[in-house]
Amino acid sequence: MSENTMTADVNSTQDGQLEFLVKGDHHPQNGTLLGFWIYLMSDCLIFAALFATYGVLGRSYAGGPTGMELFDLSLIAINTSLLLVSSITYGFAMLQMQANKVKGTMFWLAVTGMLGLGFLSLELYEFHHLIHVGAGPQTSGFWTAFFALVGTHGLHVFFGIVWLVTLLFQLKKHGLIPENKRRVFCLSMFWHFLDVVWVGVFTYVYLMGVLP
Amino acid sequence: MSEHTHDHDHHDADIPHVSLKEYATGFVLAVILTVIPFWLVMGDVLESSTTTVMVILGFALVQIVVHMVFFLHMNFHSEGGWNMLALIFTLILVFITLAGSLWVMHNLNVNMMPGMMEGASLHAPLHAQSC
Repeated sequence: MSENTMTADVNSTQDGQLEFLVKGDHHPQNGTLLGFWIYLMSDCLIFAALFATYGVLGRSYAGGPTGMELFDLSLIAINTSLLLVSSITYGFAMLQMQANKVKGTMFWLAVTGMLGLGFLSLELYEFHHLIHVGAGPQTSGFWTAFFALVGTHGLHVFFGIVWLVTLLFQLKKHGLIPENKRRVFCLSMFWHFLDVVWVGVFTYVYLMGVLP
Repeated sequence: MSEHTHDHDHHDADIPHVSLKEYATGFVLAVILTVIPFWLVMGDVLESSTTTVMVILGFALVQIVVHMVFFLHMNFHSEGGWNMLALIFTLILVFITLAGSLWVMHNLNVNMMPGMMEGASLHAPLHAQSC
């Protein structure tokens, strides 16, 4: 309490005078979540640049294959559902964590990671197939932009899984300590953010890509 | 059980409270908003592709808002409003990046395509080649 009055003396010592400043629930130790949110926003800008590039180069096929010919929408539908289901399983992990159940948290986190791995494997299969039929990143401006955008998203999912596995070890070792709760929450923001980006990807790249 | 965590709330208060209802609502809405655009495109439901593009872009925007509200727990008072402020600022930048790039490059394409400066006879084969 003593160091609290040092830092927050403006609103605690002079009652009524400056209380409009920080009346509500002000937590100085709240920095991590806000900082992580700002990181996500900067990530958003990376994706905005990649989306803009894709939008500009979206029809520059250079005589090569087009997205309309090669995109397999049923594969994308499976991928989309994997990512969507992984969002709700992460939600279950959050609920288990809120109930202070470490086993349940780890179980649902593991399920989420599995779904993420499934998504990543299907995406790698798709990339492999595209390159195999002659639509690699070097084929045309369109495919460069495609691989840059979808690949960056896939890379994010990969790092999300790495983080998730690390967190599983942390949870096993230390349990649901406040630090781990904070980490699980940050990863939840990261994971749901990737789903938001994927909504943009499947709409803008795949669905609009197969339309004439 | 969940009330129990509020005993030492100066740690746990950092993390927003989440509920099953919130996640379930978000998930159901997201599924609906995903299935409809896929159905529209894969089933060739609408005749005009411009209309389809407009509709699926609309669905995507709504779904992004759904994810923000129900999964990312965005509202106007989390972190004292700074979350929302950062988000609005980012959205403005995203809009400028996307709309600006597309607008400028579209103008360049329209005004500087070699085919546009010559007659229609030169334009047709060049156009066919570039597709």
